[in-house]
Amino acid sequence: MTGTKKWLAGTIAALTVLTAACSGNTGTSDSAGNQANAGGQATKTVKVAYGKWNETDNWGKWLADVKVEFEAANPGVKVELQPIEGSQYATKIPLLMMDGKTSPEVLAEDSFMINADSEAGYLEPLDVASWSDWSNFNDGIKAAVTGKGDSIYGVPFSTDVRGLYYNKELFKQAGLPVPWEPKSWDDILSASRIIKEKLPDIIPFWMNSGKAGQEATTMQTLEMLLYGTDNTLYEDGKWVTQSPGMLSSLQFINSIYSEGMGPKLSQVLTSQAGQVLETDLMPNQKVAIVLNGNWLTGNWAENGGKPWPEALDVYGFVKMPTQNGQEPGFTSMSGGWTLSVGAKSKEKELGFQFIQMATNKVNNKKFAILDGALTPRTDVASDEEYTGQPGTLYGVAAEFITYTHVRPSNSEYPGVSTQIQEMVEKVASGSLSPEDAMKEYAKNVERTVGAEKVTAK
Amino acid sequence: MEAINPRGSGVKRKRGSGEQWRAAMFLTPSWLLLLLFFFVPALLTFYLAFTNMSLTGAAAAQTEFIGFKNFTNMFQDATFRTSVFNTILFLLFSAVIGQQVMGFLIAFLMNGRNRTFRSVIGSIVIAGWVAPEVVCAFVWFAFLNDSGTANAMIESIGLKPITWLYTFPMVSVIFANIWHGTAFSMLVFQAALGDVPREVEEAAMIDGASAWQRLIRITIPMIIGSVVTNMVLVTLQTLGSFTLIYALTGGGPGNATETLPIYMYHQAFVNYQLGYGTAISLMLLLIGIIASLLYMKLLKVKL
Repeated sequence: MTGTKKWLAGTIAALTVLTAACSGNTGTSDSAGNQANAGGQATKTVKVAYGKWNETDNWGKWLADVKVEFEAANPGVKVELQPIEGSQYATKIPLLMMDGKTSPEVLAEDSFMINADSEAGYLEPLDVASWSDWSNFNDGIKAAVTGKGDSIYGVPFSTDVRGLYYNKELFKQAGLPVPWEPKSWDDILSASRIIKEKLPDIIPFWMNSGKAGQEATTMQTLEMLLYGTDNTLYEDGKWVTQSPGMLSSLQFINSIYSEGMGPKLSQVLTSQAGQVLETDLMPNQKVAIVLNGNWLTGNWAENGGKPWPEALDVYGFVKMPTQNGQEPGFTSMSGGWTLSVGAKSKEKELGFQFIQMATNKVNNKKFAILDGALTPRTDVASDEEYTGQPGTLYGVAAEFITYTHVRPSNSEYPGVSTQIQEMVEKVASGSLSPEDAMKEYAKNVERTVGAEKVTAK
Repeated sequence: MEAINPRGSGVKRKRGSGEQWRAAMFLTPSWLLLLLFFFVPALLTFYLAFTNMSLTGAAAAQTEFIGFKNFTNMFQDATFRTSVFNTILFLLFSAVIGQQVMGFLIAFLMNGRNRTFRSVIGSIVIAGWVAPEVVCAFVWFAFLNDSGTANAMIESIGLKPITWLYTFPMVSVIFANIWHGTAFSMLVFQAALGDVPREVEEAAMIDGASAWQRLIRITIPMIIGSVVTNMVLVTLQTLGSFTLIYALTGGGPGNATETLPIYMYHQAFVNYQLGYGTAISLMLLLIGIIASLLYMKLLKVKL
């Protein structure tokens, strides 16, 4: 009796497991079958993955508008927006792209990842030759979206420049000249020292300094310094891991923090650092000089996360000088984001159509004005509504572009970039001297890319 | 006699093999599940540790076998050495010393007290344990951040606030982990202390042994088996602890709280080097095994 009961119980348990497993299977195959059977009537889905960088979520607003327009123009097609939290974006997007089941049709791709991701086979080359609108995009930016096999892998929707914000009111209070035109790094350091002395409650100088800041730390901080010296990051196919320019850049960071002119580490090394800066420190005028990008104004627009119409009356945006004022006098870095098609996704054709709509003249202008981003389109750049937009830096930014640099277009760059972030954080937190941090960086890069691809100057 | 015996044993054997067959049948599903979800991934991990598998770049399209390169790289990597050191520090102070001593102390003091007292104290301690790690991290972040409870208390008595998570990052995560894990050790020791026969202690008491002598000579030797089991368990739990540190400090500032799991995550998912991350996870496994064997050897106990 008990034996039979045991058998029964066992069989039932086994059956339950089996049916659960089977029903799971049939469930999915059924719905897949339904979709295929219904043919033209079936809804095709275009998944669009993008970064949600802050509560303002300008990208989400832009893409939601395009979604409505695209669904109206393509009956039977559903657009599914997939916002990904900004600090997780770089990790989650390759994980999504590597599998056919999850790969989004359309994704926002930082242009520096184009090479690595196209080498990995995650991105679909785009047939721009048969797309007439492509000629309206800035040629300089097209180079940054070219990847494996010299194909185009992304359509740019924004570009940017970097420079120094300075608080005019605080400068006046400290007795510093307004307008301020720093000619060398020493000018920046001496202004910071004066502010620290005269206004002890104010943070003299703010820059991205931590690993949590990811690419912002590499580009807005280290590269903005390094490309103002006589050295660069990458030359003739080799990573220049040790150079006088690299050392000077780290010494600048060290000066800021060791002299107490930077923000508290507990404030700047977290992933919320940018949000705190844009919505608290700057609007509440707690910081005098900020090394950052032109897009900060997007937060202060009427529909931004922290509307602040007087922002650009309070903060001026000036060019970053070279180390000693050497030719050409100033420097800047430009990157930009693109929309790409996931190579393993299902509706690649529709994906490209979505991109074409999202980046057309009307939508790109709307996005640029909404986000405070610079447009990569020449026709938008000369549009009066765009250039005359209040509360943006479009007029100023045009001059910055003449001094700008781009990041090495190389599949090893993302790995090197994270090593840079580690180096900067170690110097900022004082756990390593600039010399030791550079040596450790050199070792780490050599380990990642191989000894034959590194050099010292 | 001779005719019966083989028959008897034959029946027995038949019944025995039937039982075994049935047992095997019932075990099969769990074996299959173990095989599928444990052994296969474990073997795969072992293999991937010897490849250049990557999340992006050419290596993502084509993964290659690269021999011991991940391991030679690892031993030349200063950050790896730092994180091994951090892991051992974290393990030693938060688990082996902190959780065990606290857990034993609480269990020992509660032993033989009245029911209400025990259940009140017990539930308070266990509250820290039932909270998921990420909740724990938030609680401690709220307590230790610049404008957190700890600083509010310090300021109320007129002292300067301290940036705990940046000035004392390792101490902060160690305290958080002690708070989180003590209940587990407490429960194990409670059970063990409950099994120590009263008579033995009473006999020692009558012979004139002091409370301290009774603890050292009688109680602890009698529960040494539980001590080792507990030590192995908390060691393995703490070695794998990721969420608590990641949510509290992210491994920073610099590499101050970068333990091996955090380092592994950074290498695999931030630096996109999956193969290298896997190799680090093997080292983590190795440390766990070595530590467990060491405890058993040192305390001369077999599990």
